[in-house]
Amino acid sequence: MKQTKNNEILKIEKLKKYFNVGKDKKGPIYVRAVDGVDLNIKDGETLGLVGESGSGKSTIAYTVVGMYRPTSGQIMFKGKNIGIEASRRALSLKKEIQIVFQDPGSSLNPRQTIEQILTLPFRIHTQTPKRQFRKKMVELLEKVELSPDYLYKSPPSIGGGEKQMVAIARAMALNPSLIILDEPTSALDVSVQAKIINKLIDLQKEMNLTYLFITHDLSLMRNVADRIAIMYLGKICEVAESATFFEKPIHPYTQMLISSVPVVTKEEENLKPKKVISTGEIPSPVNIPPGCSFHPRCLYKMPICSKIDPEMIEFSPGHIVRCHLFAKLENKK
Amino acid sequence: MKTKEDILLNIKDLHVWYRVYSGYLKVLNGIRLMVREGERVGLVGEAGCGKTTTMKSILQILPPGDFHIPQGQIFYKGQDVLKMSFKELLRLRSREIAVIFQDPTAALNPVFTIGNQIGDVIKYSATFKDNVHKEKIKTQSIKALKEVYLPDPERMYINYPFQLSGGMRQRVCIAIAISSPRNLLIADEPGTSLDVTIQDQIHRLLNELVEKRNTAIILITHSLGVAREMTDRIYVMYAGTIVETATPEILFKNPVHPYTKGLLASVPKISGGGIARGIPGKLPSYLNPPSGCRFKLRCEQEKPICSEKPPQLLEIEKDHLVACYLTQR
Repeated sequence: MKQTKNNEILKIEKLKKYFNVGKDKKGPIYVRAVDGVDLNIKDGETLGLVGESGSGKSTIAYTVVGMYRPTSGQIMFKGKNIGIEASRRALSLKKEIQIVFQDPGSSLNPRQTIEQILTLPFRIHTQTPKRQFRKKMVELLEKVELSPDYLYKSPPSIGGGEKQMVAIARAMALNPSLIILDEPTSALDVSVQAKIINKLIDLQKEMNLTYLFITHDLSLMRNVADRIAIMYLGKICEVAESATFFEKPIHPYTQMLISSVPVVTKEEENLKPKKVISTGEIPSPVNIPPGCSFHPRCLYKMPICSKIDPEMIEFSPGHIVRCHLFAKLENKK
Repeated sequence: MKTKEDILLNIKDLHVWYRVYSGYLKVLNGIRLMVREGERVGLVGEAGCGKTTTMKSILQILPPGDFHIPQGQIFYKGQDVLKMSFKELLRLRSREIAVIFQDPTAALNPVFTIGNQIGDVIKYSATFKDNVHKEKIKTQSIKALKEVYLPDPERMYINYPFQLSGGMRQRVCIAIAISSPRNLLIADEPGTSLDVTIQDQIHRLLNELVEKRNTAIILITHSLGVAREMTDRIYVMYAGTIVETATPEILFKNPVHPYTKGLLASVPKISGGGIARGIPGKLPSYLNPPSGCRFKLRCEQEKPICSEKPPQLLEIEKDHLVACYLTQR
């Protein structure tokens, strides 16, 4: 059971991350990868961050772990601002936030054995005596259901699913409180994905972990996340509990996403919004359309949409949406 | 009008091996697959189960010198592809079968314009005797680009692939495939490298074009959901064998083979309800595949007979064939 659901472990406020990609006559050109994001994650929950490629979801992840320094905005972790690069963070803070990358083939060093890979966090962060390493390693591998003989194998000699399990074990090694999962299963087959997801859910209960789960797979999120946030071009469109999310999607982009998911049963088909069909493509984050960034693809576009960027509105408790369609409703009330 | 009863492609007991340093990888192990004219067939399986090898053997574009076909036949319109001369194969590839590859970035040549690449396909698909003029090729290419709803096809014609987005590149690949009349279209995971909304658009476009032209299509995919929405009949592949084939309605209502069941249960659903535990174990090594049924090591209902010889694909009801001893006496 998840107990303390109310204290926020991570709070992101007006986070912006721009990348300088060159210059023209008007001045420097920026890729606005993350453009004013507010998000909070409660202790012990799983927040799903969903978006198409280029929407800035990985940039958020990398900023939270400290691979990038935010352009502006705050990242509060357990009440402390951590909006600085990892090199300037305290060691005890780095231990608390861990990340699992998308492709385990490139996140594990192919020239090291699994033992070398898994001992590194202990050597950096703890003063565990060397003779206890072995015991710790075996315990770690047991956690992810791998046998101890994997210690002497190297990443290229094991399968993709097993590699990802090793990467997860490495992230779990020091009992962190927040784990960022950056598309951990999108490179894997469904039967392997199911195994890894179930393991992650078990470990979360066992170790009281908080997950920030980044993915482009909506149907996976339905089964994993407590809450889902949808991102589009560096901004959050809609945040809601995962059940409400699929029963009553209100943002036009969310509706488009859900209607695009290929499904395998009749019940699922009934959940898909019928009238919405997907059109257009995500524009480049260098030239973000003025006003609401989604308006060129939107089916309910109004004149106001191309001029003013909508504000975040609380549609119902816990259900936040950023769209002019609902701003009007609010004003009428 | 073509009838759906005419058999276009018939693969019989196909075995394909790849030569490696330590022996042969016995990848395909008795594939049986049939495509009727105008039929949409889905080939579903996980990574490494031989879907792409099947596609490549139909066109005979397997890596030269590295493969070995110990037995099997591939009949296209009654003629065995494996016994065709080089000239006949060229004809097959240029006029009869078109392919859409998984990665549009790799499929298009970065140093030629889009127009150039479509034009080539049209040039070689037309009868060689006919003197097709440049203008004619151009109008036909632009017509093809229009048909896949690319904005501003005239400009697209002189663009290079890197100037387009991933979704647009895949549309160009589809335009190339449909630019000349073909009887069979093989789409190898056409939407996999794209986002869901773009994938949905590409699939709808393919469906529309196939219906309009009455072309048969083999859709290779790893997603059961895509196969369900796109095809008339689904073949489920596991480790180089066809384990089950049925129409989507039957397959999703009543899956019989333990592998199909496990695969279906592993698919996350948007109606919620959690995910099953997945299928234990992993694909067997192709170097020394297990004797008999190739799924037996991961199967929970393994019987002694499973190790004796591979199960045959037998009909258990109309349009529903299963290769498993659990359903056979």
